[in-house]
Amino acid sequence: MNRRQFLNLSLVGLSGLPSISGAANVGSHASNRLLILVELKGGNDGLNTVVPYTDRLYYQARPKLAIPAADVLRLDHQLGFNPAMRALLPIWEQGELAVIQGVGYASPNLSHFRSIEIWETASNSQQYLNQGWLSRQFLHLPLASRMIADGVILGSQELGPLAGGARALVLSDPASFIKQARLAAGAAPATNPALAHLLKIENDIRGAAQGLGGNAALQTTFPEHGFGKTVKTACEVLAINRNIGALRLTLGGFDTHSNQRQIQDRLLKELAEGLSALRSGLRELSIWQDCLVLTYAEFGRRVAENRSGGTDHGTANVHFALGGKVKGGFFGSAPDFTDLDADNLRYQIDFRQLYATACRFCWNDTGEAGLGGRFPELAII
Amino acid sequence: MRFVLYGLLLFARIGFAAPLGEEGARHLLNRSGFGASPQEVTMFARLERAMAVDQLLAQAQSVAMTPPPGWVNEPLSRRGEAMTEEEKVMRLEEQKQRGFELRGWWLAEMASTASPLTERMTLFWHNHFTSSMQKVKHGQLMYRQNLLLRQHALGSFSDLLHGAAKDPAMLIYLDGVRNLKGEPNENFSREVMELFTLGEGRYTENDIREAARAFTGWGVDRDSGEFRFRRNQHDDGSKTILGQTGNFDGDDVLDLLLGRPETADFITRKLWREFVSPVADEREVRRLATVFRSNRYQIKPLLQGLFMSEAFWAGANRGSLVKSPIELTVGTLRTFELRPPDWRPVIQVNRAMGQDLFNPPNVKGWPGGDAWINSQTLLLRKQTLLRPFVGPPMRGDAEADSRRFENRRARMELHLSRWLDQLGNDMVRATRLLLPLPADSLPVGTASDRISALLQHPYYQLK
Repeated sequence: MNRRQFLNLSLVGLSGLPSISGAANVGSHASNRLLILVELKGGNDGLNTVVPYTDRLYYQARPKLAIPAADVLRLDHQLGFNPAMRALLPIWEQGELAVIQGVGYASPNLSHFRSIEIWETASNSQQYLNQGWLSRQFLHLPLASRMIADGVILGSQELGPLAGGARALVLSDPASFIKQARLAAGAAPATNPALAHLLKIENDIRGAAQGLGGNAALQTTFPEHGFGKTVKTACEVLAINRNIGALRLTLGGFDTHSNQRQIQDRLLKELAEGLSALRSGLRELSIWQDCLVLTYAEFGRRVAENRSGGTDHGTANVHFALGGKVKGGFFGSAPDFTDLDADNLRYQIDFRQLYATACRFCWNDTGEAGLGGRFPELAII
Repeated sequence: MRFVLYGLLLFARIGFAAPLGEEGARHLLNRSGFGASPQEVTMFARLERAMAVDQLLAQAQSVAMTPPPGWVNEPLSRRGEAMTEEEKVMRLEEQKQRGFELRGWWLAEMASTASPLTERMTLFWHNHFTSSMQKVKHGQLMYRQNLLLRQHALGSFSDLLHGAAKDPAMLIYLDGVRNLKGEPNENFSREVMELFTLGEGRYTENDIREAARAFTGWGVDRDSGEFRFRRNQHDDGSKTILGQTGNFDGDDVLDLLLGRPETADFITRKLWREFVSPVADEREVRRLATVFRSNRYQIKPLLQGLFMSEAFWAGANRGSLVKSPIELTVGTLRTFELRPPDWRPVIQVNRAMGQDLFNPPNVKGWPGGDAWINSQTLLLRKQTLLRPFVGPPMRGDAEADSRRFENRRARMELHLSRWLDQLGNDMVRATRLLLPLPADSLPVGTASDRISALLQHPYYQLK
């Protein structure tokens, strides 16, 4: 980001400081719905998440790692969930869960760091951008002035799609945030980018702190594991103040080069239970109808298992969209093991189509600014 | 010899011999170490640039002086499948305890070493050749890796690379131990190219697959915990890597990587961001990378080149780098000559601020720079600096706790006024020692009020 962009952004940020008008109801405005991104960090293995349990080639490629057909939680005559994901079944049965297969991009990069950068900046494979896609989106189309932050980051220290300008808040606990926020009182001219960054964060803190001083009692019970706690904090923040553009929750540990069954099953269980609790929390807050939850990850994994009981980095992957207005079911097509590209699945749906769909639903926008182009929306809503 | 000559050349080229002064000394010491005490600043302030840099490099060490925890030479415990649940819990508890002891050992070394640059470089390489306690599990192996990183910290990058690739903690961390003939595991092969030598995009996916074959058979002896080459697990067939074909083994691949100019460029660029400024000067990086390569990857001449570069001293680059949590905490302790009785709170606060030693977030290490600062970590940094982080633990007895608190406050006030006395109680000098950029006003109040105000200043987060 150059200096001028930063200044523009600061102005947006300043003008966006909250006026605390009390309980503004976000839900009634189609243009201010909430996007909740869930990052499956490390590259979740989609093939053992949504299992093509009738495909002989799947079992051939994974003699040790494949999920036996008998264990699969069947969703239709071809596909089913990993048995650890039982907690997602009720949402599926409600028709509020879209399973989107074959999500990826052209010329896939198999580096964790580069590929997540591509996903989070919404760039092409060969294009290097230094601003997260949500930062670009909010710069182009600033959120309503009552919003206390563009985004809140939970379960990670990295800003990801909100890097490079958005008013992003990294939180672990709203109450201690408020207590500490008074320390963000520095004032000095921003003479270099590091200092400019620091002063902007102080400004963001002061802005958000004005809107987060409240009580967050919820009836919903949340799972005790790490992701459960992340979801709990997310719901508490929203209970105090719904005027937030986007949340990004992270569940890490999916880089399963070895011993995958045990590790991934535990993570998928946490994911399913966490998403289920998220739905309950958002329903309790009466905003489930106005939320879109989207999972993402840097890549899927290699079709064939490796010899360490794991899988190496792959390409196209399956992702989930959830929400009160989401049209449940399967989108995209089941993995085709007869047409691989260097042992990896080919993608059919560009990941930016998911983002474009989110931009339409949440902000009634094409997402062109954030995504650097027009991408066909998916019929998941 | 070459190194001395190069130093002389640089000296001749820059050719001015004014002493650094307090501001220059603070800059050099903060950038190359962890904070700086008034005494250190006074000592370096008298030297001119080339001499000061020479002295820093001459002080470098290759071993730690702090005695390590008692268990570092114990044989590795076997991961028993036959362990009962109770034994597993005890094992986990022991791992946790050892993790604390290991971190405390390193922090103590950082806080007390006569060569902070050695520890900064050891930390730099820890963040380059990453391994994590979480996956490696054996504290002994993490300790040995740390010794290896220090041994070569300012030595030869070539030796360091070969050593790190065969390091048992690394072999476990990046699945080298699972990389067998006919059953390749690409994890290490990818990262050695992407993160340790060439940089992303300077190789092909096929290079990775082929190189993984060359590294097959590199393993760890289960009893001694030392590197072992398993000949029968090594794939000695022909491989084509970076356009060259041969019966390469792992060392050959590392030498191929060292033969590429991209490697010198990648390391030089990373060191530039560590020590000089967030954005590398392309011409300077090219010049320094050439020096690095022509010195057969000797690290000292490269560091000398960086510390003697115009950009290192340029006014525009002062205060342009963000202090890492370790630099912030250890630097504050060193600056004020404080030694915590217990490292555990320092370890915990560093972890919360995003830098848990021996446990980087992933193989790419801590991203550093602006990424250290977000709303959560900034508030934590400020809060940490508000009260000395060495406070006594509350013991639940309100009266005794408050007495202890008052005692500590009085002791701290005395300590800080003595600290200010070393500077003639001159707040202009104190500000110069603590902040990398000139502040607009001078704080007032008691010694701790004044120092606290400077530590709360946004500039204190920068170096």
